[in-house]
Amino acid sequence: MFPPAPNPPITPVPERFGDKDLIRRSASTITPASPRQTEVAKLIDVSKCIGCKACQAACLEWNNLHEEVGTFNGSYTNPPDLTANSLTLMRFTEWVNPQTDNLEWLIRKDGCMHCEDPGCLKACPAPGAIVQYSNGIVDFIHDACIGCGYCVKGCPFNIPRISKVDNKAYKCTLCSDRVAVGQWPACAKACPTQAIAFGTKDEMKKWADGRITDLKSRGYQNAGLYDPPGVGGTHVMYVLQHADQPEIYAGLPKNPTISPIVELWKGATKYFGFAVIGFAAVAGVFHHMVAGPNKVSAEDEENAEKLAGGERS
Amino acid sequence: MSMPDDIQPGDAVHKGHPVIVNRYTLAARINHWVTAISLILLAISGMALFSPKLFFLTALFGGGQATRAIHPWIGVVLFFSFMGLFLRFWKANLWKSEDGTWLRRIRDVIAGHEERLPELGKYNAGQKFVFWGMSALIVILISSGIVVWDQYFYPFTTIPQKRVAILVHALAAIGIICVWIVHVYAAIWVRGTMSAMTKGQVTGGWAWRHHRKWLRELVVRRSRGTPAE
Repeated sequence: MFPPAPNPPITPVPERFGDKDLIRRSASTITPASPRQTEVAKLIDVSKCIGCKACQAACLEWNNLHEEVGTFNGSYTNPPDLTANSLTLMRFTEWVNPQTDNLEWLIRKDGCMHCEDPGCLKACPAPGAIVQYSNGIVDFIHDACIGCGYCVKGCPFNIPRISKVDNKAYKCTLCSDRVAVGQWPACAKACPTQAIAFGTKDEMKKWADGRITDLKSRGYQNAGLYDPPGVGGTHVMYVLQHADQPEIYAGLPKNPTISPIVELWKGATKYFGFAVIGFAAVAGVFHHMVAGPNKVSAEDEENAEKLAGGERS
Repeated sequence: MSMPDDIQPGDAVHKGHPVIVNRYTLAARINHWVTAISLILLAISGMALFSPKLFFLTALFGGGQATRAIHPWIGVVLFFSFMGLFLRFWKANLWKSEDGTWLRRIRDVIAGHEERLPELGKYNAGQKFVFWGMSALIVILISSGIVVWDQYFYPFTTIPQKRVAILVHALAAIGIICVWIVHVYAAIWVRGTMSAMTKGQVTGGWAWRHHRKWLRELVVRRSRGTPAE
């Protein structure tokens, strides 16, 4: 098995990363930190998950969040969707494998994928509300969040949720506070089967390779790693038994990318818009310089007086 | 006698030196300025959320959260206020045959050769373009704006629909800012126009020069004994 999660030291340790390690900052131009820290990643091995929801509970507990008591909707998935409190959610899918006619219970732990090219950060209009550390963690800085919901539109995975309480966006932080002091994320620490592991991205990929070889030897020919290149890879990766069809895992997108509409809105539209507005304003100034003011002449006033007929009304 | 489309309640000529023409009632002017202030506030808050370079403008509204919260409500004010303007002015902005002639001679318009242009009613084709352009863009802006007003309307549309809506909203906003620039510039360039929206009156010479057909209609109406007010 993979080495277990370390226990916290009893003496304080310095933070391993912070504001000096940003490689991206929303609505800001920054010089990316150099050299880059080793990229970290969380590996979620769907084939090892037993659906106990310890990760969900650990996430609520570590982040001191409380989910409202909900309703039963005919599924083990509870709450039915991610919320501003439930930053991670076990999604349960009952899937009949057409090749074997077996019922397979697919349980995917949903949450922020920590994209290398984050759509939320691209869409965010508030300077510094979304940051990406050089180790790959994408974090929301709530003090700067304005609650506009642009991150929701930018995200290719439908992850951020806006709180109805404080109108700010919430999502998994990859426990950046724990990782900063050398700990695993709370969900990984709590997982009883090590279906969630944490380490450097290279370590996780290597560990995934072993798992995939094992799964293939057990008849899952399409087992593979989910590290979608359309978003530059992610810092949360899945080992899937059926990596050729990620959609069966509660709609995991096959080839996620930042929507071209979002790219157009945050890219060309801005330059086009200010160019057109600037052109209109400059054309006005220029026209006034060339044509001069359009003044009413004394003759115009006389003609009007003649037309109106002389005496004062 | 049927009233021409472009004569509106309150329009009247007063003899004198110079002749004074009533163009907008007090109610119409208040209606206009409520709309104008809303549009300017919307443009400032909207651009603050559109471009990171202009995000500092959110300070005028009390910060990012406040800007995000208030922008759509100003939009609602603008929508209903503009609806008032629309109901007041739509009839006077219907297309007339002389508008085609005016448009074909747009070079003379730009050069200020008023003498080569046809006699016009209360509005010229440029003003009608501003009126209908604003009308269409405001409908587009309020519809797309509601789709991305997540605080109240989040559950009613999908995320892909919201992406389209926010792009459409940005493009329509760019469009309406340009129409606004045309509107404001024309009011500055054509001297004597501003008083129509401040005092409600223009001089007879202004009406003679720019809207002679309208002036003639008002004079005819007055001489036939129709009450001036």
